[in-house]
This record gives sequence, structure tokens and C-alpha cells, in this order.
Amino acid sequence: MKYVMLVYQAAAMERQAALTDEEQKRVRADYQGINETPGVTPGVPMGLPENATTVRVEGGRTLTTDGPFVGMKEAVGGWFILEADDLDAAIEVAARVPAARYGGAVEIRPSEVYW
Amino acid sequence: MVAPLDQVFRQEWGRVLATLIGVLGDFDLAEDAAQEAFAIAAAAWPRDGTPSNPRAWLTRTARNRATDRIRRERALATKFGLLVADDRAPAPIEVTTFPDERLELVFTCCHPALALDAQVALTLRSLGGLRTDEIARAFLVPERTMAQRLVRAKRKIKAAGIPFRVPPAHLLRERLDAVLAVVYLIYNEGYGGRDELAAEAIWLGRALVELLPDQPEVRGLLAMMLLHDSRRETRFSDGELVLLEDQDRSRWDAEQIAAGRAELDRALALGGRGPYVLQAAIASLHAEVPCDWAQIALLYGELGRLTGSPVVELNRAIAVAEVDGPEAGLRVVDQLGLDDFRYLHSTRAQLLRRLGRVEEARAAYRRARQLTDDGAERRFLDRRLRELALSAAAPAGAGRGS
Repeated sequence: MKYVMLVYQAAAMERQAALTDEEQKRVRADYQGINETPGVTPGVPMGLPENATTVRVEGGRTLTTDGPFVGMKEAVGGWFILEADDLDAAIEVAARVPAARYGGAVEIRPSEVYW
Repeated sequence: MVAPLDQVFRQEWGRVLATLIGVLGDFDLAEDAAQEAFAIAAAAWPRDGTPSNPRAWLTRTARNRATDRIRRERALATKFGLLVADDRAPAPIEVTTFPDERLELVFTCCHPALALDAQVALTLRSLGGLRTDEIARAFLVPERTMAQRLVRAKRKIKAAGIPFRVPPAHLLRERLDAVLAVVYLIYNEGYGGRDELAAEAIWLGRALVELLPDQPEVRGLLAMMLLHDSRRETRFSDGELVLLEDQDRSRWDAEQIAAGRAELDRALALGGRGPYVLQAAIASLHAEVPCDWAQIALLYGELGRLTGSPVVELNRAIAVAEVDGPEAGLRVVDQLGLDDFRYLHSTRAQLLRRLGRVEEARAAYRRARQLTDDGAERRFLDRRLRELALSAAAPAGAGRGS
């Protein structure tokens, strides 16, 4: 099964910033560990949602607004692709993502072929 | 004596379906095929006689149907030049014994990635063999809603890759808790008077004990359900609620109490001391005359530490009141932050009534009444309020109530 893993930071960035150097090192090492996990294809690192631009097209006109499509707190913070046997295996990887334990979350979305 | 068809179907549905899912790797395909096989049996068996091994017959027939369907669909796909990526063709071996994969099935149905109401519906449908309309009726939702819930759950199992397997050791504990919670929830729905759900939960509990004989909590849950259920006949009289202390003990189901206690003993022998085992032990003590309230208070204390539940603490208060008097019970009750919980107020009312604090008791009963929408409970509280109105008119002192 192929899964798209969406990482939501919510309060995690702030909470991680308040950690000791040792703990921050651990967080970075954990992200590194996720990237090196068999089956994981790391996503391109995402910049902050503050710098996002959202685009809609209405009646042929391109409309742009400042910020992410959802609220700043709900914006996607990162992603990676995971090839795993089943959902349980994906849950185990998701639970290792530091954001998940610092007030953020990981959403596991099965990939699907539509056409 | 041959078991009636319905009973055979009921007994075999879960096992046949589980085996088929294991072989076919597809919930929907397996369910359609099982349904077809059961329909064929319903027509053929009364005419030709029940086969010597009904389960193998049903499983084989269903598997053959599924194989036919896969072949048909493939042929069609090839005809239209579509790419066939699916090669889950079941091996055409003629076996008479199939592995029992109900345990895999129940863990799939109760996977925490499914919503709780979907877990419940799926368990009743797949393992319990209830029809969609029966489940809908039991949970008081339209059949369409229930059908959609089941379809969505099965779709998610497939799309999200929820595994069909018994969880590995490091997940077993947590996943088993989820399974037990589903069965307990079904039982609780039934406890409110819908007997068929209580019976269903006990049936599931028995199946789980058969599948996981060494898990004390599984036996504890079954013991607790059996013990509570043994009083079913006496909990209502003409549709009116009857409290434990006022129930006609001669009408308790002695056989079921014995069965419940036997399960409890096995759970304890396995070293069980989890929440379900403790609740079963409490239910067992409740069935004794005289009732050992001191022991019950201790067990509720232990259960409260395990679960951190204020509701458990409320129950402990009742036991404490029996041992050390209503004042002591009231002290426990008044430390609980359960202001919207109707049983907190009815318990308080009961204790205040015993202390002769009639006005406060009435206020508490009224608050409990506001918080309940159950007819029988409301009438019970109304009765208590009327009795108190009478005793307020002619004070009878602080003696124990009924």
C-alpha cells in the first residue's frame, strides 16, 4: 500500500522551540530517522504557511489570497510518501513523527489511482 | 435432532465469512458470496437434507460463487481490453476444513481507524450475523443510515489497508481493549431494555472466550455480562424500574449466575485483575445474600484507580454508604464533579432521603429527573418524589427508606 503522510504542526513548532538543545537534537534525529525508514520517500521540505498564497479561478479570473487555504493552525506542515504493508505499519511510522507528540498530528491518506 | 436452519446460519455465518475474507482478501466480495451460499442452502437443504458438514458446504459453495464472479468479471474486462491488475484468484483446492479466522475478522471490525459506531455495526453484521435492518432497529436508526455506515466502513477497510490479522503482541493489548469496548457497548445498549442486543453481546463474548481462552479480561467481560444479565427478568416490573435491593431474588437466573461465576473464577485463576474482571467480581458479590458491601467498596476503589472514572467513584459511594452510613457516602458523592450526570443526583437524593433531609432529597430527585429522558427512569423518580411529598407532610424520621 502507498500512503501519503501529511504532517500538521499546529502547536508543535512552538513547543519544540521551547525544548532544550538536547531535546531539539532528538527531534531532528527523529525526523532524520523517518526519512531513512525503509519505504519512506521524503517530501520536499515545506516553508511556513504564513508565506503561502492561495489561488482560485472564478469566471475565468484568477484570484489570489494571502495565506493557506485553511487556517494557519490547520495548514499542512510537511509530507512524505510511505510504502507499507498495511495501515498498522503506517500508524507505527506516523507515531514516530515528532509533531505528533508535541501537539501536532499526522494524517495517513491512502494513495489512490483515479484514472 | 437437526438444528433448525436459522440456528445453523447464525452459528456459521461469522466463521464462513471470516474464512472467505481470508481467502478472497475482499470484504465485499466475501460477504456477497456468503450471502449467496446461505440463500442456496436455504433452498436446497430442506429439499435435499442438511449436509454432514454444513460449514464446509457453505464455505465451498460461497468460494465457488466468488471464483465464478471473479472469472466472469475478468472475462468481461479482457473482452473490453481492460488491464487486469487483480490476480487474487482463490486456489481451487477441495478442502473440507477451513481455518477459523473469526479472530482476524473481529480485530479488523474493531480497528481503531474505524469510527466506533461503524465498529459496532460491522461486528454485529460480520461476526454476529445480524442483518442490516436488525442492527438498524436495535440502534434506532433508519435502515438506510445503517447500510451506509456499513458500506463506508468496508470501503475504508479496503482503501486504507486495514489489515485482516490478529495484531502482533505489542499491539494486542490495546486492540483487544477496543474489541472488548465494542462488545461492552453492545451489551450496555441492551441493558436499557433491548434484550436482543444484550443476548447478542453475550453471544459475542462467548465467541471471544472460545477464541482467546487465556485472556482474563475476555473472560471477565463475559462473566460480568452473564452476572448482570441474570437479573434481567427482575429489573423491570410492568415496565417500571426495580432497584437491586427490591428485586425478587428468587427470579434471578441461578444457572446464569453460576456460569458467570465460573468464568470469573477462570479469569482470576489466569491472574486477571483488570477492569472487566473487577466489575464481574463486584457483580458476583451483588448476587450474594447478605451482600458484602465492604468488599464491594474496596473493589470499586481498585476499579476507580485503574480507570480514573468518577462514575466508578459514584458507585463506590453507594457501597460506602452501606458500610459506614449515608453521611459517609454523601461525602464521597459531594467530591465528584459530575453535575450533569443524572445518577449522581439520584444517588445523592437517595442518601439525603435516608438522612431525613427531605427538601434536599426532593431537589436532587428533581434535578435527576430533568436530566433523564428515559420513560421508566422518569416514572421511577416521579414515584420517589411523590413518596417524599407524603413523608414531608407526615415526617417519619431518618429511618432507612425502602
